[in-house]
Amino acid sequence: MVGDPVTAGPRRRVVGGRGLSAVLPGAPQLLAGRWGVGAAALLAWVGFLWLLVARWDRVWAGAGGPWDERLAVATVVLGLAGAWVWSWRDAGQPLAGRAVAVSQWDLAVRAFSRNRTAVAGLIVIGGLYALALVTPLVAPYDPLAQGDLMTERYVGLSAAHPLGTDQFARDVLSRLLYGARISLSIGFVAVAISVTIGTLLGAVAGYLGGLADTVIMRFVDMVISFPRLILLITIIALFQPSIFLITAVLGLTLWPSTARIVRGEVLSLREREFVQAAVALGYSKTRIIFKHLIPNALAPVIVAATLGIGNTIVLEAGLSFLGLGVQPPTPSWGTMVDAGRGVLLDAWWLSTFPGLAIVFTVLSFNLVGDGLRDALDPRLRS
Amino acid sequence: MTRYVVRRLLGAVPLVLGIATIIFFVVNAAPGDPTLYMMAPGMSSEVVEQLRVNYGLDQPVHVRYVKWVGAMLTGDFGYSFSYNRPVLDVLMDFLPNTLVLSACALGLAFLVGIVLGTIQAVKQYSGLDSALSVVLLFFYSMPSFWLALMLILTFSLMARNVWDWPIYFPASGITSTGHDFMGPWEQVADRARHLVLPTLSLALVLAAGIARYMRGSMLEVIRQDFVRTARAKGLPERTVVFKHALRNALIPVITLVGLYIPVLFSGTVFVEYIFAWPGMGRAIVEAITRRDYPLVMAASFFFATMVVLANLLADVLYAVVDPRIRYE
Repeated sequence: MVGDPVTAGPRRRVVGGRGLSAVLPGAPQLLAGRWGVGAAALLAWVGFLWLLVARWDRVWAGAGGPWDERLAVATVVLGLAGAWVWSWRDAGQPLAGRAVAVSQWDLAVRAFSRNRTAVAGLIVIGGLYALALVTPLVAPYDPLAQGDLMTERYVGLSAAHPLGTDQFARDVLSRLLYGARISLSIGFVAVAISVTIGTLLGAVAGYLGGLADTVIMRFVDMVISFPRLILLITIIALFQPSIFLITAVLGLTLWPSTARIVRGEVLSLREREFVQAAVALGYSKTRIIFKHLIPNALAPVIVAATLGIGNTIVLEAGLSFLGLGVQPPTPSWGTMVDAGRGVLLDAWWLSTFPGLAIVFTVLSFNLVGDGLRDALDPRLRS
Repeated sequence: MTRYVVRRLLGAVPLVLGIATIIFFVVNAAPGDPTLYMMAPGMSSEVVEQLRVNYGLDQPVHVRYVKWVGAMLTGDFGYSFSYNRPVLDVLMDFLPNTLVLSACALGLAFLVGIVLGTIQAVKQYSGLDSALSVVLLFFYSMPSFWLALMLILTFSLMARNVWDWPIYFPASGITSTGHDFMGPWEQVADRARHLVLPTLSLALVLAAGIARYMRGSMLEVIRQDFVRTARAKGLPERTVVFKHALRNALIPVITLVGLYIPVLFSGTVFVEYIFAWPGMGRAIVEAITRRDYPLVMAASFFFATMVVLANLLADVLYAVVDPRIRYE
């Protein structure tokens, strides 16, 4: 896994040194051309600082409020501290010329950071998750609070309501921000479930072969040839739709594709010398699977998982759109698109903006997924 | 070749049976009794019990499973609760509409995808290539149900009511209300007009994926020696691209047929729901909300079987087109 020692990093790590990094963390790195990490740190610093100043009253109240507000305050504080400390320490590092061992992962990180669109996608995703965490501090209104039903229904874009209001005179922007939390967390948790199960079963099927392989892979074939949406709506509609059920069902129906990928990788790894050596050394099957096979089969899984989060977000929105997902009044992007379906002509903003939010989120995940695929495949590295 | 096809068909049989088993047990694990949805106020418990006996719900699950699979093998999918007709008749009403929509969408998607992907590959790294990449990725990331709503908003509602465009497209159904009084050509035109928006909502998302794949496939072929040879012997670029490169680049794209059929069917569920298109996708959503279990089971089984068949077709096509594939 360890390559030749080579000179690490670009010629100049930072411009402006520690002085600049103390005032504007990220700026020294950005000026030195390391724009990915630089922009991330700078954006985090500026964004969280603005939040701290502009929403000081809410931050103050939130520190003693319910758990999600405390989490938001903690995110702001830790984000600020993290950006500052990282930039300060990074700016203090020796300029260049350190000879270090470079692993495959280091090479992949470098290849990835050269891909500008992918890095931009990663920054957008990071920003979205950060925004989801601090939503209680940012959202202009309570997402469930209904306004005056006589005068404030279906108000178009205005200063008071930047993205208009819906049929219950609720603020669309606030609902959009709260909806992001649902979409992003369901996407992440469902894919985490599926990756765990898929990797385990795929590795077991690939390494043990025989009956285990036949049973697992025949089941995988069956689930994969099922149109996933049909399976999902059948299961969810027959039981009672809830956020937990959707997350679980999304996770439990996605793993077969991961299992197929991992099995394929493991089948080829199994014959390689390092695995043969591990067998000859008398290592247990568990140890070989967990320590030797799975870590080496992970690259395509990471790519599939990234693209899978995007897909899962679309699916969750689709289920909510059909009324089989997140139930009202909890805001979710899918239900919001559905709410605007009957009033497209009179209140076009209701369906349009949540849909755009889905598109841009999924787009970012696809960009990062594509970038990861190129970065993790040594054949594609230039 | 025939042996290969027969062997694959035989291999698909246990797969389809397994799918049927999953469907049966998922539906039967659901809480609630379908007869409760047929109850009228004031029905005595004896009548409800009689209903349960009539529908065979008093028997244990494994007995029902064997009976269901046995009946299914003879083409009997049971009786739909909500339509009060045999399930097969109900599905046969909906199936043609879904097939027309899916076929149009798939055809358009492959046409647009292959053309755009080829253009991108031939003009690699040009402004056109990057512009198309961005646009395609945008559509690739788009949920078809949202695209459908945006198309309705633009080409149906706004075009008709606000902008007064000479052409606008209907937003629901497969025919206009006056369809029966039209001449034969007008009927065809009317149906075609109703097909436009649903087809586009399905096809554009798929086309974006196909184009991305096609671009990669074409780039790989263009780099190969036989293409360089074709150029070196002085063939015009058109001949090189269309006769030598394109034909070979299309081979891996065939696998996408099998891969995209499930995606397409998932899409039809939304699109049929939005456009009130009387097809299988809308039927299954309605059947689920009405707890019409026989219809749910039969419709999911149909969808799954079509996916299995599509995959099989893609594999066989691949073997036919590419002589390098060994099918023994």
